[in-house]
Amino acid sequence: MSKYTEDDLKIELETKEYEYGFYTDIESETFPIGLNEDIVRAISLKKEEPQWMTDWRIEAFRAWKEMIEPEWANVHYVKPDFQAISYYSAPKQVDPNKTLDDVDPELLEMYKKLGISVDEQKMMNNVAMDIVVDSVSVATTFKKTLGEKGIIFCPISEAIKEHPELVRKYLGSVVPQKDNFYAALNSAVFSDGSFCYIPKGVRCPMELSTYFRINQAGTGQFERTLVIADAGSYVSYLEGCTAPSRDENQLHAAVVELIALDDAEIKYSTVQNWFPGNKEGKGGVYNFVTKRGLCETNAKISWTQVETGSAVTWKYPSCILKGDNSVGEFYSIAVTNNYQQADTGTKMIHLGKNTKSTIISKGISAGKSQNSYRGLVQISPRADNARNFSQCDSLLMGNNCGAHTFPYIESKNPSAKIEHEATTSKIGEDQVFYCNQRGIPTEKAIALIVNGFSKDVLNKLPMEFAVEAQKLLEISLEGSVG
Amino acid sequence: MLSIKNLHASIGDKEILKGINIEVKAGEVHAIMGPNGSGKSTLSAVIAGNENYEVTDGAVFLDGEDLADLAPEERAHKGVFLSFQYPVEIPGVSVTNFMKTAINETRKANGQAEMPANEMLKVIREKSELLEIDRKFLSRSLNEGFSGGEKKRNEIFQMAMLEPKLAILDETDSGLDIDALRIVANGVNKLKSEKNAIIVITHYQRLLDYIVPDFVHVLYNGRIVKSGGKELAYELEEKGYDWIKAEN
Repeated sequence: MSKYTEDDLKIELETKEYEYGFYTDIESETFPIGLNEDIVRAISLKKEEPQWMTDWRIEAFRAWKEMIEPEWANVHYVKPDFQAISYYSAPKQVDPNKTLDDVDPELLEMYKKLGISVDEQKMMNNVAMDIVVDSVSVATTFKKTLGEKGIIFCPISEAIKEHPELVRKYLGSVVPQKDNFYAALNSAVFSDGSFCYIPKGVRCPMELSTYFRINQAGTGQFERTLVIADAGSYVSYLEGCTAPSRDENQLHAAVVELIALDDAEIKYSTVQNWFPGNKEGKGGVYNFVTKRGLCETNAKISWTQVETGSAVTWKYPSCILKGDNSVGEFYSIAVTNNYQQADTGTKMIHLGKNTKSTIISKGISAGKSQNSYRGLVQISPRADNARNFSQCDSLLMGNNCGAHTFPYIESKNPSAKIEHEATTSKIGEDQVFYCNQRGIPTEKAIALIVNGFSKDVLNKLPMEFAVEAQKLLEISLEGSVG
Repeated sequence: MLSIKNLHASIGDKEILKGINIEVKAGEVHAIMGPNGSGKSTLSAVIAGNENYEVTDGAVFLDGEDLADLAPEERAHKGVFLSFQYPVEIPGVSVTNFMKTAINETRKANGQAEMPANEMLKVIREKSELLEIDRKFLSRSLNEGFSGGEKKRNEIFQMAMLEPKLAILDETDSGLDIDALRIVANGVNKLKSEKNAIIVITHYQRLLDYIVPDFVHVLYNGRIVKSGGKELAYELEEKGYDWIKAEN
């Protein structure tokens, strides 16, 4: 079965057309392409999920079937053919004969620049690891420390089985199945993802990162993340990786839900570096993500993101400030180069009294790319004394790229105070010459200027991530100035 | 040290420098004076390697080496420093970070290791004292919101940090009040040695009371029309540029 490829399957399907029905094929590594209720059931079955989960997926699927792919974003792409995708693939196996020598040298060169350890490089390329004393012990210590505090951190598939009461209560509570086209699709077919629960009053003692990064590789294209911070708890969660991800899946539609109960705080940081396509704009990942957090009374959610990858990005990490005195923050750097397109921003929904939100968005466009900020600040009638401050800055490199800002402000409460600032600037030849004259070569000068521009956001990243993110910005813009 | 031979340079179709010849030896201070539009700033930009200008004839040699094929940063690595008339702003990049990058890039190009952090701090302290710069100033974004005087003082601070072989000060006195002028000039004088050379570009004789030149050249219409000792500056001050214009 292991040599059975998708092409073989296609031929088989063409000739036999579901001769065996679906269930007989449940042992295969990859499902046939296409999506219907049977496929959704099969995914659930394959993952040995309880009935309620299967029903939840089916409900999502039925809603999705009635929905239309949205077109309002400022991006242009060939719509994916949802019947041409296979919705389940067994996790990739380590190939015992593969070594790092088999990996694209260009990729290795980039790992080197980013300072990614050899073990992680192997992990990301499905190369068998040697005995790694370090990371094994790190992971073990890590699990032990978390366990002692009662923190649950595991794949969501495991949580569905082990902690059904939590998952049932919160899954879909912030991003309902029918929320939008891609959220509905994700709800129906999500492959796996992460689950995190921080008990009452517990401060998670470490950034949920090291372990995560190593175990993250290959979670698939429909990822689902659920983070619950119980009353008075704190967690800082890091998602993604600065290393370039070459993925054969073109469409990625993840859903992330955050729940911060009373007095809790969640800091969620993302570095996204999916394959952006080549210099001619061929290939590359479509990244259509729904991320949203809910804040109860006095709670706080901070989204920080550094987006450098993907051919098309469509993403608005948002906060629902339901509880009084709750705080939402969004700090973002989005870099587009060559033919990349990004339409990203946030929504701050102020429902509670004295709620506060801050938005700082830095868009950097180079090459022939298009970079859009789209944000909504909404103040409900009962959100007395709500405050928002938004700052959207765009930096342009060259004459063929574009920067766009679409701020939406809806205030239904006269006591609201909303500020919006926006700037657009261009890296000037005079700035580069000034740096050159001080002995700084052009590429380094660009990096310096871009890092200066992005500083307010880079500062919000956890230390270890910030350094890597800074290097990533440099690499993403390499060669963008002639 | 610096030898400019029959230098012609244009921007677009317009020829601005029309055959400049200057010899600068180590330990010397040269002043270049002249009315607006005579080509003073073009000359400094061409020496620094600004690619907006095209050298159409002649050459600039530094220690016998033709600079023609060297990029601006390579010239900097060889010890050419330009104090800009209008220093640019780089938001989010602190003066300290900028200097650290500049010094380490120069060291890297010259095959040296990066300057250790403690040494960097020590040098920064010394040089900021030399120019009477408040250290808080060094954590501000480069030139952003700086007053005219602060910008110029910051240029000379950078010169002090980089210890160039050849420093060109382009209108460093413009925008300075008399106190700032004195501080900046004192700084420059302390940095002067037998091993380096300084070219001061200015409209006015005023700066030359503080930074005393060995030679004064008058640039007019893209040519050096008069050269002499420091007394030439006084003569110019007295007679005005019309004197030069009338003769040419």
